[in-house]
Amino acid sequence: MSKIRLLVGTRKGAFILTADGTRKRWKVSGPHFAGWEIYHVKGSPVDPDRLFASQTSAWFGQVIQRSDDGGKTWDIPGGGPTSPEGMPTGESNKFVYDASPETGKPLTTHQWYDGTQHPWEFKRVWHLEPSLNDADTVYAGVEDAALFRTTDGGKSWHELAGLRGSDTGPKWQPGAGGMCLHTILLDPSNPQRMYIAISAAGAFRTDDGGKTWRPINRGLHSQYIPDPNAEVGHCVHRIAMHPSRPSTLFMQKHWDVMRTDDAGESWREVSGNLPTDFGFPIDVHAHEPETIYVVPIKSDSEHFPPDGKLRVFRSRAGGNEWETLTKGLPQRNCYVNVLRDAMSVDSLDPCGIYFGTTGGQVYGSPDAGDNWAPIVRDLPAVLSVEVQTLP
Amino acid sequence: MIRVLLPPHLRTLARVDGEVQLDVEGPATQRSVLDALEANYPMLRGTVRDHVTQERRSLVRFFACGQDVSHELTDAPLPAEVANGSEPLLVIGAIAGG
Repeated sequence: MSKIRLLVGTRKGAFILTADGTRKRWKVSGPHFAGWEIYHVKGSPVDPDRLFASQTSAWFGQVIQRSDDGGKTWDIPGGGPTSPEGMPTGESNKFVYDASPETGKPLTTHQWYDGTQHPWEFKRVWHLEPSLNDADTVYAGVEDAALFRTTDGGKSWHELAGLRGSDTGPKWQPGAGGMCLHTILLDPSNPQRMYIAISAAGAFRTDDGGKTWRPINRGLHSQYIPDPNAEVGHCVHRIAMHPSRPSTLFMQKHWDVMRTDDAGESWREVSGNLPTDFGFPIDVHAHEPETIYVVPIKSDSEHFPPDGKLRVFRSRAGGNEWETLTKGLPQRNCYVNVLRDAMSVDSLDPCGIYFGTTGGQVYGSPDAGDNWAPIVRDLPAVLSVEVQTLP
Repeated sequence: MIRVLLPPHLRTLARVDGEVQLDVEGPATQRSVLDALEANYPMLRGTVRDHVTQERRSLVRFFACGQDVSHELTDAPLPAEVANGSEPLLVIGAIAGG
């Protein structure tokens, strides 16, 4: 029978939740890296027992952890003295912006809150995206916004500087949560194509494996910026893609739910009948490319569900027409949020969907959202949820 | 032999209990002690001082013999009691709430 493994990152450690294919009884392992912020944990599609975790701390900086046994044990890749001379062969925690002339336009500043230019300063890794075909290759989205890659299993990381060096870099600016690169989507049909998203710059695409990038924000409209239709400056919260339709993307923006069917060349709004179109996560059903999920919250100044009711909204039409999913979710006095990386789907049939809250609950639905139940209720605030469907 | 007491999170990362003991070449200074610490425990690189600038991370402090020596020059000699091993150098995570 298949097995489900949830990788949960929280403000105070990582947790691994496992169940068999019935998804009824769950075992909880953790906290791993207790006391540290775990922004993201994700497994390699090539080797599902290889997991990567972003462990961060305001005191002690960034640490990358790797497990090769499904989360039972962890190591800092390259963190030990492994050369014949006893010196470290890797620098897994080292994220240094590329300022070499070979990259064309190495940037040193971006726009700051007050409109002045501000130096790029590495703070943390928000998102880890393992390669679809190489267990040693992983992409990392970081704050201040940039994209890094390892090709040696996390021992060393190098910036794909063409993104930051694109013409628009000096116009990027931080959102309230910092200037973070939080979404990385790999096109399964075209290894040269990737999408990323930055708050608050927008969405970008490469068609040459990460050498060059361009903004793909046409159709986005953001009233909170001086030019609502600007090329960059949009606070994109999350983008999702179904692997069978890699040119169709769904976006939860600061306000507005959007979709594109031409790889980001043009976007159109599909908020439809949502009670509010502000939110953070968005995801796509594993087997139905037109079935998508969002968790709207009240507004940018009130980050909690409208009316104290935690509701997931599902559209089976790729947007515009939304149905409310509430069975098993609290419908009174609920004021949690669901962060951008805290929703994920499994690939069983029926599709399971999961999300974690800032109140420490992880909810799961084994039937595509019709019925929900809490898997755990009292974790630290949940930052991220990833699912692995294992044989 | 220099004695260094790390904060709990860094002891966990380095997989050590209690103090670590380091052989330091030349005078015992912040720089030479941290060089030795990172050579023996490479997983700690970047956690106490920046990878590139080598500056102390802002929420890390160094205490020795009841004094905060965080703002001493990195090449200034540490107190004799630290140099001769009778007192440890304390690496402290600053109190910052939450």
